[in-house]
Amino acid sequence: MSTPAEDVKPLAKKKKKVPFNYSPYVRGGKLPHIWCPGCGHGIVLKCLLRALHTTEISKDDIAMVSGIGCSSRTPGYVDFNTLHTLHGRALAYATGLKMAKPKLKVIVTTGDGDALAIGGNHFIHACRRNLDMTILVYNNSIYGMTSGQSSPTTPQGKISTTGRYGNIEPTFDTCSLAQAAGATFVARGTAYHFQELEKVIFEAMMHKGTSVVDVIDACPTYYGRFNKYKTPTEMMEKIEKEGTVSVKQADKLLPEELQGKLLRGVLYKSDRPEYCEEYNKLVIAVQAK
Amino acid sequence: MAVAEKRIFRIEIDDRLCKGCNLCVDFCPTNVLTMDGNLVVVKDLDACNGCQLCDNRCPDFAIQVFEE
Amino acid sequence: MANNKKRFMQGNEACTEGALYAGCRFYAGYPITPSTEVMEICAARLPKMGGVFIQMEDEIASICAIAGAALGGLKSMTATSGPGFSLMQEGLGFACMAEVPCVVVNVMRSGPSTGFPTGPSQSDVMQAKWGTHGDHPAIVLTPASVEEIFHETVRAFNLSELYRTPVIILYDEIIGHMREAITIPGPGEVEIVERRVPSCAPSEYKPYDVQGGEIAPLASYGEGYRFHVTGLYHAADGFPTNNTKLIEEACHRLLRKIDDNKERIWKNEEYYLEDAEIGIFAYGVSARSAKFAVRELRKKGIKAGLLRPLTIWPFPDRAVEEMAGRVKAIVVPEMNMGQIVYEVERVAHGKCEVKGIFRVDTEPIRPAQIMDCITGNGSKPPAPNSKMAEMMVERDMLDG
Repeated sequence: MSTPAEDVKPLAKKKKKVPFNYSPYVRGGKLPHIWCPGCGHGIVLKCLLRALHTTEISKDDIAMVSGIGCSSRTPGYVDFNTLHTLHGRALAYATGLKMAKPKLKVIVTTGDGDALAIGGNHFIHACRRNLDMTILVYNNSIYGMTSGQSSPTTPQGKISTTGRYGNIEPTFDTCSLAQAAGATFVARGTAYHFQELEKVIFEAMMHKGTSVVDVIDACPTYYGRFNKYKTPTEMMEKIEKEGTVSVKQADKLLPEELQGKLLRGVLYKSDRPEYCEEYNKLVIAVQAK
Repeated sequence: MAVAEKRIFRIEIDDRLCKGCNLCVDFCPTNVLTMDGNLVVVKDLDACNGCQLCDNRCPDFAIQVFEE
Repeated sequence: MANNKKRFMQGNEACTEGALYAGCRFYAGYPITPSTEVMEICAARLPKMGGVFIQMEDEIASICAIAGAALGGLKSMTATSGPGFSLMQEGLGFACMAEVPCVVVNVMRSGPSTGFPTGPSQSDVMQAKWGTHGDHPAIVLTPASVEEIFHETVRAFNLSELYRTPVIILYDEIIGHMREAITIPGPGEVEIVERRVPSCAPSEYKPYDVQGGEIAPLASYGEGYRFHVTGLYHAADGFPTNNTKLIEEACHRLLRKIDDNKERIWKNEEYYLEDAEIGIFAYGVSARSAKFAVRELRKKGIKAGLLRPLTIWPFPDRAVEEMAGRVKAIVVPEMNMGQIVYEVERVAHGKCEVKGIFRVDTEPIRPAQIMDCITGNGSKPPAPNSKMAEMMVERDMLDG
């Protein structure tokens, strides 16, 4: 028989909800960030920081590399080894850095235009090499920094400043492209599904080899305004929530129900030799001769 | 034995960081928050259940919920 | 490392040897004639030394990769030719702006566009200075022999580390592919400059803080200094700024760090210049013909002399100005349609006549062409394929 005091104990011990403390990861004085009200990039960044925290990798061993665009401003806000480079070229810089310092955990933050248009060539070749790095594509289907031009992921029919009568170009599917090019971990998340996103980013970072996470998020200022979404909330609900289906749910749906929806979750995973390790083996073999 | 407990929350809003996007107001399941001009404010703290959806969907690092 | 043995090698090979001697441990590149041998030899040599060789998907990726590796702490290099050099321009600008030391070799071929890939040219001298957009510093070296390629490559690495800036080595297809005798110095015989790294605590480190001089020490990523690098105009702490005063100061400082040190960066060879009445200003392969022409002209009693820059940028203003004040005319032979000649004209500032000799048929400028220009037979079209001219160039090449 327990005493009343013992009965109360478990309740008192119950863990209080504590919000995640971002301050060790965010550079002092750098916030507010430049992203517009309602832009999903901030939500993605928070998921990324929580995922990084879970990996327990030292901040000194994390390098964040980016190109040009809204998403590419991420490194400026975080307290890692950070490199903000040229439009489309983040992966090339990241490749050089990773080969020079293989102990670094390299994360590339890039956008749909940066990764898939101007940087498309580097994107496929990075996937092919399978260097151990994580590529986060903040995919908002538009060029935000230059105020709203069509990107390789702007859906057909949608309006942009360079697609005033509706975009007629077919889109790239970031994940299919990455998988076809040889990436060994391919996933998709959305800013709306923040828990899922944190989890796939964590898995992506723990994966050995090139991991690609296509993150669907919203650009209310341009994409939203041009395409008659009234609020950031509406964008998140219509595009991220209703426009996607998790891999688990998808199994239970008919093909016609999946029509036009993007899959969320880990879409592909394989085991292939990692480039730095292969290079290291080559060095050892050559030196032994 | 029966135990009645009330959880108390503290909501911190950094008005230097809030950009007034309304996401937290819209996604709060218990209607705790509202907009005062371009800034989010707490209108019904008692209704807060500590779910932290406001924090998780805030792009601006502007709002956090602490349990007292 | 070879122990001071005399070897016979190609210019492109000497370039690689010079790079490795200087401590280069990272090469990223993309094949392109006539520079490919630099890359191929790096591919063979670097793994043996524990260095990194990687073939990238294009030249843009190559220059970006070497900058990335440089920030990871390795001395790094890429080599290319005209079309690839054009693609690299934006990346060069980034390295200037972010002050990332690296070395870019451009083995010049004929252009524009694909041009004549196996034919030599000297038509990228202006691009090497002005190719990337915006006001930026440039250090460009122009070796003229295989042995010189070795030493200038070492110097290129030294200057890039000293001034935290990309350094370009320009030579042409002829000396790139030419084979000459060369003595590789033993370890320690030639000075190697190592990167100045911060001695302060990581929390105090500012990657562009020039309190202690014009050039801030550079930390490597992954060693506790979690700093930020961007191609945007930035403040001393590396973070972007839109403060107009800071932008102006940053731009001025980038140019000043080279301008204030040009005495140390300049390197010229003077050949029979003291009493010369006719000066020749020539670089790279054209300087070889010019040297020969000087000797032949002297035999005929014409007081010709040669000023040969090994550093073409920053432009050797003072040496050219001095020469212009002493000679009646300066002749500038170059394998393009006139690039450096205008720079000579600018500096000569009317003190003497300046005349260019241009050639773009992918044949080298022959000594006879220079001599004809000086002796007044300039109107006569060059006879590039005459036996005499061939012999003259061959002889000149032999005694370098």
